[in-house]
Amino acid sequence: MSITVAVDVRSVSKIFGAGTGQEVTALDDVSVSIAQNEFFTLLGPSGCGKTTLLRLIAGFEHATHGSILLEGAEISALPPFQRPVNTVFQNYALFPHMSVSQNIGFGLEMQGRTKDEVADTVGAMLSLVKMENLKDRQIDQISGGQQQRVALARALAPRPKVLLLDEPLSALDLKLRKEMQVELKRLQHETGITFIFVTHDQEEALTMSDRVAVMNEGRILQVGAPHEIYNRPNDRFVADFIGDTNFISAEIIERDGNEIRMRLPSGIEIMIPAPPDLPQSGEITLAIRPEQARIASDGDAASIQGSLTDEIYIGTDTQYYIDIGTTSPFVVRVQNANGETQRIPTGTSVGISVDAKTIQILRD
Amino acid sequence: MVTNSRPFSIKRMPGFSLLALACFFALYMPLAPLVFYSFNAGNNIALWEGLSLRWYVAAWENDLVQSAAIRSVVVAVIASVVATSLATMAALGTTRTRPYRGQTSIYAMVNQPLMVPEIVTAVALLILFALIKESTGYHGYAYLVSAHTAFCIPFAYLPIRARLEGMDRVLEAAAADLYATPWRTFTKVTLPLLLPGILAGAMLAFVISLDDVVITEFVKSAGQDTLPTYMLGQLRRTITPEINAISTVLLGVSVVMVAIIFFLSRKKT
Amino acid sequence: MSTEHISNNESFESLEVQAYQREVRRNLLLSTPALIVLFCAASGPLLIMLVFSFLTAGDYGGIKWQFSTEAWFQVAFYRDIFDETVSIANAHVSIFWRSIKLSFLTTLVAFVLGFPTAYFIATRPPETRSLWLFLVTIPFWTNLLIRTFAILEIIRNQGLVNTVLITLGVIDQPLDMLYTDIAILLGMTYVYIPLMILPIYASMERLDFRLVEAAYDLYATRWRVLARVILPLVKPGVVAGSILVFIPSLGAYVTPRILGGGKHLMIGNLIELQFGQGRNWPLGAALSLTLLVIVMGALMVYVRSAQKEGSGHGH
Ligand SMILES: Nc1ncnc2c1ncn2[C@@H]1O[C@H](COP(=O)(O)OP(=O)(O)O)[C@@H](O)[C@H]1O
Ligand SMILES: [Mg+2]
Repeated sequence: MSITVAVDVRSVSKIFGAGTGQEVTALDDVSVSIAQNEFFTLLGPSGCGKTTLLRLIAGFEHATHGSILLEGAEISALPPFQRPVNTVFQNYALFPHMSVSQNIGFGLEMQGRTKDEVADTVGAMLSLVKMENLKDRQIDQISGGQQQRVALARALAPRPKVLLLDEPLSALDLKLRKEMQVELKRLQHETGITFIFVTHDQEEALTMSDRVAVMNEGRILQVGAPHEIYNRPNDRFVADFIGDTNFISAEIIERDGNEIRMRLPSGIEIMIPAPPDLPQSGEITLAIRPEQARIASDGDAASIQGSLTDEIYIGTDTQYYIDIGTTSPFVVRVQNANGETQRIPTGTSVGISVDAKTIQILRD
Repeated sequence: MVTNSRPFSIKRMPGFSLLALACFFALYMPLAPLVFYSFNAGNNIALWEGLSLRWYVAAWENDLVQSAAIRSVVVAVIASVVATSLATMAALGTTRTRPYRGQTSIYAMVNQPLMVPEIVTAVALLILFALIKESTGYHGYAYLVSAHTAFCIPFAYLPIRARLEGMDRVLEAAAADLYATPWRTFTKVTLPLLLPGILAGAMLAFVISLDDVVITEFVKSAGQDTLPTYMLGQLRRTITPEINAISTVLLGVSVVMVAIIFFLSRKKT
Repeated sequence: MSTEHISNNESFESLEVQAYQREVRRNLLLSTPALIVLFCAASGPLLIMLVFSFLTAGDYGGIKWQFSTEAWFQVAFYRDIFDETVSIANAHVSIFWRSIKLSFLTTLVAFVLGFPTAYFIATRPPETRSLWLFLVTIPFWTNLLIRTFAILEIIRNQGLVNTVLITLGVIDQPLDMLYTDIAILLGMTYVYIPLMILPIYASMERLDFRLVEAAYDLYATRWRVLARVILPLVKPGVVAGSILVFIPSLGAYVTPRILGGGKHLMIGNLIELQFGQGRNWPLGAALSLTLLVIVMGALMVYVRSAQKEGSGHGH
């Protein structure tokens, strides 16, 4: 087996409260492989099982089914203190009765390193997270952002094979969060350690990760690079959770080579590229990003017709809400060139034109 | 024209402050003559004959008082140390865990001495110990110590449990994550964080044991008077200010202990 | 391949179960030492007492190992030694009645004084609040004997109360307060009132005073705010405080012994008599168990009302 796989999660399920009648399936047959030196992100709404997956990898919980491998070796039976994996906890979990350097040195001390080694590594870690001048402070004497850095340094100090980060930035304010995003990327780059990062913030996931796994209700729905997840969502939940999306249903008419012809509710027929395993007929949902649709000029061939109900200015863009006869309006987002918006009176009948290549077919 | 002498206050209830202050007065007023007459030079606890420490000296030199005091402290130290250790273990075994069968029974049993009237426990122990004394002939201190240990356990248990419940499990998970074995997690993280609760529990247990009258009165063998049972016996006779002197010292001990417990339980970490 | 897969799955399933079993074993192991001590010196003796209540009284104290329900019969009935006629045991009934009456009155007085006190503490600014709380806590942890003794001293004929009243000319003869039911009531209220104040305060501290503001905003008067908003919200504290005062009052031994002077007995003293001069151990055991049953009944009422409170407010 190739050594480039850091963590291999194989068909893992976790059911809490088994046999109590109040069973919660936190993870449902999850499989994922995380490569070495990868910045891998678990993205999903609160309660979808992200923390549970991290806790399984760290060894705080045991899987109900399935196995977890670390660099090819089965670790399911190892207690947390024997796994070369460290965690940055959601609320940092710094020891309140120890100073900053004692916190950072704790793991090294427990590993039985010599005093000099501990001191050296703690010094290196303090400078890595730029906390040298606060090394003797107690934990309640430093700010949230600083606690965040100490938690990172503490988890990195023993040089784990994998670092698990459970929503480490969620408690910080926006400005600090942006700074720490850059900082985290830098640390991952400098240390070369595999990062498994958990967040419910899609923007954070897209900007930081090499690959993202989108989770919902205990399942991984899609794994891929940020641009794949954004541009090629293969699931309605993924498309909805990441960015804004218009959903419209269409009826398949016929396949024509690599393309498929389908009819939109408006009656207009379009051809779009489609994967070979798509059914030959029936209803299907299409996803169209608001910024990939345009208000058709007079000469354009419009795919969809509707009437403008609202126009909302949001700074860089303007959003047009167009009633196309479905329950929710179709949204078109247009960038404001030179701060100018294209003013259209509400009630006007408009056409929407979409490049067929940007339409995504969803399986649900 | 209507004038409001006082602005309307949401929290004010007419007469409540007066009743409350009367209550505080009533709580402390009876203690004043008690302390006051302990410094009386005369033989009486009602007739003031001048300031003197003679009753403190008398109590100090009274062999019965001395041995009862030593006995009280020794029993209280042993009972509170043992009870606190057992209570700490029981608290660790009943908090912050997934529910298990028997957990509520353990909880009920630990707190049983708080629910059963003291006189009932006292009589039950009297019966049991009479049986044991009859069959073994042993009349030593084990009876007193074991009885005290038992009723001290819930008093030590409650503050420790409260502290544990306020303590985040995640800190121990963090220690395990950083390669600490369960034992080192306990000594390096759990125990230091739990210490204020353990100290508060130990002191409560100590005060409770030191103050106990009823169970001691029924359980003690001949010549095993503690300070409270000695005083109870004295109250049947002509009362001299010696009792006031002993009471004042015990009162002082309580105040100091409560002050320390108060401080400990309010300290954050 | 498939067999390996299945055996893998099985071993992980049991890993989770094993971890749970380990945790339970650890918990039981940790609790056992305390349970042993408590069984030997708290719960176990109650069982032996139950056995004793069904034995025959010895002629000179102690017991004879002979089954008998006589002790339980004697709790409520009196059998004449000569003609074997049976009548209600008036002495016992009146002592039980006095105990219940005095405990109830103690609880009532403690509530009337304790509620405003708890309210007072809860409405102090945070800096002084803990000081007032501290002032309630000190008597709570002071030896019960000392506090009873303090009451004895001030209500004696030459005590502070009589001296002050005579000096003020309110009375010219000292009031005979000692060795009366009033003395016992006074003493028990004094001794147990912190047990009323502390739980009410604990409830009151969590009271959201914005609700009080809302009530005033909706035209409630002060007394209506008290009766319709504050009291219902702190009811759990009031019930807890009442139970905490009622139960030890009912089993009181020291206070009635010192302040009742051997004439005004309560259940605790009646029980003691059976192990002293009266020398009827089975009867003493039966009386103790009767007291225990009454106390458990009161606790049950408490648990019920706590549960109702819980479901009613959806906690
Ligand atoms: N110890 C537990 N006992 C019971 N249910 C749990 C436990 N931990 C988590 N859960 C449940 O498992 C689900 C997933 O939780 P979690 O992994 O914490 O989600 P996330 O981190 O994505 O917000 C939730 O429904 C949660 O309530
Ligand atoms: Mg989480």
